[in-house]
Amino acid sequence: MSQDPNARSGPGFNRRDFIKGSGAAIAATAAVTAAQEAIAQDAPAKISTAGPHKVTLQVNGKTHELMLEPRVVLLDALRNDLNLTSCKEVCDRSACGACTVLIDGKPIYACTRLAIECQGQKIETTESLANGDGVDVVIDKFVEHDGMQCGFCTPGFAMAVRGFCNMHPKASKEDCRKGLGGNICRCGTYDGVLNAAYEAAQKGGA
Amino acid sequence: MAERTIAWPKFGQAQILGKDTPRVYDGAKKALGLAKYAADMNTPGTLFARLLTSPHAHAIIKSLNVEPAKQVPGVKAVHVFRGVDTEVRWEGELIVAVAAERPEQAEDGLRAIAIEYEVLPHWVDDFDLAGAEAAKITDKGEPLKLTKSQGNQKKGDVEAALQEAKYVHKGTYGSAVITHMCLEPHGSHCEWKGDQLISHLSTQNVSGTAGQFAGPLGIEEAAVSINCEFIGGGFGSKFAADEWGIACAQMAKETGRPVRLMLDRGTELKVAGNRPSSLAEVTVACDADGKITAWDSNHWGTNGTGGGTVSLTVTPYVYDPPNRRRTATGIVTHTGPQRAWRAPNHPQACAYTQTAIDDLAAVAGIDSLSFVRKNLDITGRPAVYAAQLDIAAKLMDWQAKWHPRGKGQNGSVKTGLGLALHTWGGAAHAATCLVKVHPDGTVETFLGSQDIGTGIRTSIGVVAAETFGIPMTSVRVHIGSNKYPKAGPSGGSTTIGGVSGPVRRASQEALWQVLDKVAAKHSVDFATLAVKDSKVWSGDKEVCTWKQACSLLGPMGIEVRGEGPKDDGLTSAQVGGVQMAEVEVDTETGIVRMKKMVAIQDIGLVVNRLTAKSQVLGSLIMGIAYALSEERIMDPKTGRFINADLENYKLPRIGDVGELVVEFYEPESEYSRGVIGIGEPPVISPGAAISNAVANAIGVRVPILPLTPKRVLDAMKGA
Repeated sequence: MSQDPNARSGPGFNRRDFIKGSGAAIAATAAVTAAQEAIAQDAPAKISTAGPHKVTLQVNGKTHELMLEPRVVLLDALRNDLNLTSCKEVCDRSACGACTVLIDGKPIYACTRLAIECQGQKIETTESLANGDGVDVVIDKFVEHDGMQCGFCTPGFAMAVRGFCNMHPKASKEDCRKGLGGNICRCGTYDGVLNAAYEAAQKGGA
Repeated sequence: MAERTIAWPKFGQAQILGKDTPRVYDGAKKALGLAKYAADMNTPGTLFARLLTSPHAHAIIKSLNVEPAKQVPGVKAVHVFRGVDTEVRWEGELIVAVAAERPEQAEDGLRAIAIEYEVLPHWVDDFDLAGAEAAKITDKGEPLKLTKSQGNQKKGDVEAALQEAKYVHKGTYGSAVITHMCLEPHGSHCEWKGDQLISHLSTQNVSGTAGQFAGPLGIEEAAVSINCEFIGGGFGSKFAADEWGIACAQMAKETGRPVRLMLDRGTELKVAGNRPSSLAEVTVACDADGKITAWDSNHWGTNGTGGGTVSLTVTPYVYDPPNRRRTATGIVTHTGPQRAWRAPNHPQACAYTQTAIDDLAAVAGIDSLSFVRKNLDITGRPAVYAAQLDIAAKLMDWQAKWHPRGKGQNGSVKTGLGLALHTWGGAAHAATCLVKVHPDGTVETFLGSQDIGTGIRTSIGVVAAETFGIPMTSVRVHIGSNKYPKAGPSGGSTTIGGVSGPVRRASQEALWQVLDKVAAKHSVDFATLAVKDSKVWSGDKEVCTWKQACSLLGPMGIEVRGEGPKDDGLTSAQVGGVQMAEVEVDTETGIVRMKKMVAIQDIGLVVNRLTAKSQVLGSLIMGIAYALSEERIMDPKTGRFINADLENYKLPRIGDVGELVVEFYEPESEYSRGVIGIGEPPVISPGAAISNAVANAIGVRVPILPLTPKRVLDAMKGA
């Protein structure tokens, strides 16, 4: 007989357990989750409880006040609390890019960023690419080149392309192949996405 | 000119049909993330479910206490799938679902559950036939035989043919188990309104799943509403309500709250379907001219606990030599059950057949393309393949690039060419379409169908707009509800024929009714009437606008139903396709890079060129995935699927697929065959074509797909 809770699959050893197990000290969790930035060095060692906190998020130009536990990831806050479901849960561990959003203009995987870490930052989801009457050129190009099939990876891919074009206007096709490797599509839409990205990049940043 | 005959426009005369039409109805919606999938349903009060699954490949649940989970803050429902004394037969088998106010609370609930298992011996090796025969495994306490014969068939005189053959080649070939890896996992959002169940289900089977809920729930099928406007991938794995769908509905009933239950990524890969493996020992022979005379094969593999493998019936694949013997054995493994995977059986059979035949060509000293051409007479579509090979060879520049096996460049990086052929049915499924023509000239179509990513919504609009002579924007296409007229499940490449036939029939009938009114009102001959650019014409004379014509229908407009399939020539079946691959192999690292793939696909009549082409492009990429990188890896010691995630289950990314060239084979003779589905056939050839290209590059065969660096290096060491 075995009664080893760590031997469970399903909810056993995953990111959320790790976050929870590592305590609720924001500085500590930020250090493990935000490897791409050095903000942990400057952040004061604020200690907070594991219960729900008031978390203020700036999303698509609007301010939202939510009550969230520190362990809640940005992905869940966007999807479940704000109903911004362009941000898809697919791999749940920074492998596939389906949850790509822009934070302060840079593409970020929302599945491995705590919502509480994102306070004071400018968060843009793919829904923001619909502006007034029209849509961002990236969206037009995805449709024109059929850079989608089932569409589940598409919003994340479109946001990755938006961020890529902002950072690399006039990128070549080879640049696009290298720069858009952070997103996975299962239906196999890479050919359409590549053409869409290349043409959007020629239009420059947004 | 209006003729009262159900038919497609004459070759070359269509306005929209066969052109490149973007997804005008839902393209931007999908790209913007405004399209709502089952996984996105978020009605007020929705509870989120999480799953406790078996960590063991084979065990008996000895104790289970879910009471502590019910005390966890936020937890509202606990559903037990498998209780004490139940035997679980694969890692990931569902045991308990917990629904809570927030997903993280549901996970807290799972952690509070106390469970004990008695772990039993398991078997997860799908290629070790002798080991499987010797293994001591029990099931419900009884000894379990792990190998199951899948048949043994013979045609002609194989022994005599092998004796007489000029060249005989023996080899072993195979492909690993792969999963569907739908990016939207299986699952649903269920909500009750009185006695009505409203299920947003991620399904390829909108019209066929209500009963699967109704039966277990003890309610009338009419009380079940199935909704699926969008589905995030299915590939053959999403035809059922599944036990987790029923559990979702039950928890919603119990709590009086909506519940969303989507499988987590690991569970999705472990329990929601996979493609069976196969390893084949092949002997294949030809005469001095390179004509294949004999095939003898024995293959085995697994489809999970069912003890099946790739079907005998597609062995050898495409080629049917006069003398043939085929034997297969399935191995029972403690792994999740198979589900239909895009073109079931064909990719694996293509891989072990057309690699063996390519090796025979090398033994006979005949180049791969010539060898295939010599043997087209033993295929089902010799003339089509011959024409396609010519087109493909030109697009690949085969003649200029070809070198005999292993005789390419010096240096560590070698390039190679390979090819393969495939076949598929693609006949229309059963469906009914309701077409409404409104007095203002707008048109609506209703079908209980689904768009699994093929762009079927757009294709329906193309057929209706083409038929009525109006723009796509004047047609509203409704799919994704079982309350619409029934349409078949999207499997077997049956949907495009299944829906386009009924839409065309209903639309033509409705058009004739409108034109009858116009003929009477304006005293013109019906036979002279046609609609183009939203105007009704009698010959080259404009009679009235389409809107004015429809105003003659009275305030109720008209409704017409079209059915299918019918034997009126709108749809048919059977296609062939040819693919060629060019690869680059780094012989120091074993890494294979795709340089180029060419796909020539027989398709019949093209409805929407843009989205049809996307199906072929997607197939090539999915083929590159199973040819080069993706496979399920089972740990023999623990019985676990150790790469059930998207980091270690390797899929190609945007820079990994090389140049992809797609062309349809569509002379008038093909157009006149009507609509045929091609979602599956182009995914069949890549495994064999790429493997043949790698063999051509490095001079030895890498026997098993995917051709990972390790397998490439191992094959070269053995050479």
